[in-house]
Amino acid sequence: MTEMEGRWLLEAQYGRAPGDQPSVAEEGKSSGVLVYTIGLLLAVILTATSFWVANTSLIWAPGIALGLAVLAIAQMGVHLVFFLHIGTGPDSSNNVLAVAFGVLIVFLVVAGTLWIMADLNGSMMPANTMMNMHMQH
Amino acid sequence: MNIAVEIDALPREALPAASEAGPASKRIVVAYGFWIFILSDIVMFAALFAAYAVLARATANGPGGAQLFSQVSVAIETACLLASSYTCGLMSLAIRSQRRVGIYVAAGITFALGAVFLGLEVREFADMIGRGATPQSSAFLSAFFTLVGCHGLHVTVGLGWLAVMMAQVAIKGIRPAVERRLLCFALFWHALDIIWICLFTFVYLMGVRS
Repeated sequence: MTEMEGRWLLEAQYGRAPGDQPSVAEEGKSSGVLVYTIGLLLAVILTATSFWVANTSLIWAPGIALGLAVLAIAQMGVHLVFFLHIGTGPDSSNNVLAVAFGVLIVFLVVAGTLWIMADLNGSMMPANTMMNMHMQH
Repeated sequence: MNIAVEIDALPREALPAASEAGPASKRIVVAYGFWIFILSDIVMFAALFAAYAVLARATANGPGGAQLFSQVSVAIETACLLASSYTCGLMSLAIRSQRRVGIYVAAGITFALGAVFLGLEVREFADMIGRGATPQSSAFLSAFFTLVGCHGLHVTVGLGWLAVMMAQVAIKGIRPAVERRLLCFALFWHALDIIWICLFTFVYLMGVRS
């Protein structure tokens, strides 16, 4: 074990920097590579499934968008856990809280925009009606 | 001296509570601050995604996603970025164990894959503009070029940053300040890949369908 790993281990008692892997020093060097490799394999499987879902005719067409969204969210989870090491441990609770706040804001921005714009479009006069009104004058 | 043995020898109760342990180390503070920046960057991307979702059907009788997007090109770009995210992870491990050759090899592969991604994206943009699908021809294309171009700009900045970091490793060595910057770079690069997941799913694959 190098001096630097020892320093990380000491700091890890109180907190963990986002992106830092826990307990690599304890389990040996191969486990670090293993975590990234598992993440890569899961991500490849999810990506390949996404491309398959988008091109297949086996799935009920209106369900494809939902399936793609679910696969994308799953893959983002895989990246967060295996590449960025945002875990459930008490030492990374600050990082998780920040992510949770970010997800809340992203949800508000996207869902709020779509809702308001759909509502506005619904309140708009249909284009042909407006054309007719202009014609009458 | 083996530090791990020293720590194991300490009972957990003997360590002071987190609130009494003093300020967190600079490494944690720096990475946490950069983490907050990345999340705010993702919020900015969320606004661009929302704009794209609203304008995706406003093609002004011009070409839509189904006519413009090439799935093969997107698949290769996705593979490049995913593989570069993996090698970036391997680079973090090499930094941790202070293997300088490992850092150079992993960073070199990460840079090459990022450059291939960027090259493919530029070629795709040039091809679209060559076919008359310029950013000013419809609201859909304006939103598309803003969103995907913003991601491409981030990748470009990331590549420049990686090159600078390799120069720092060569000149200054792997000292704590350089190592903190490399940690921030790894966070940035992984976050770009997460944004690309949203891009290829919601823009390209759903755009090809509709």
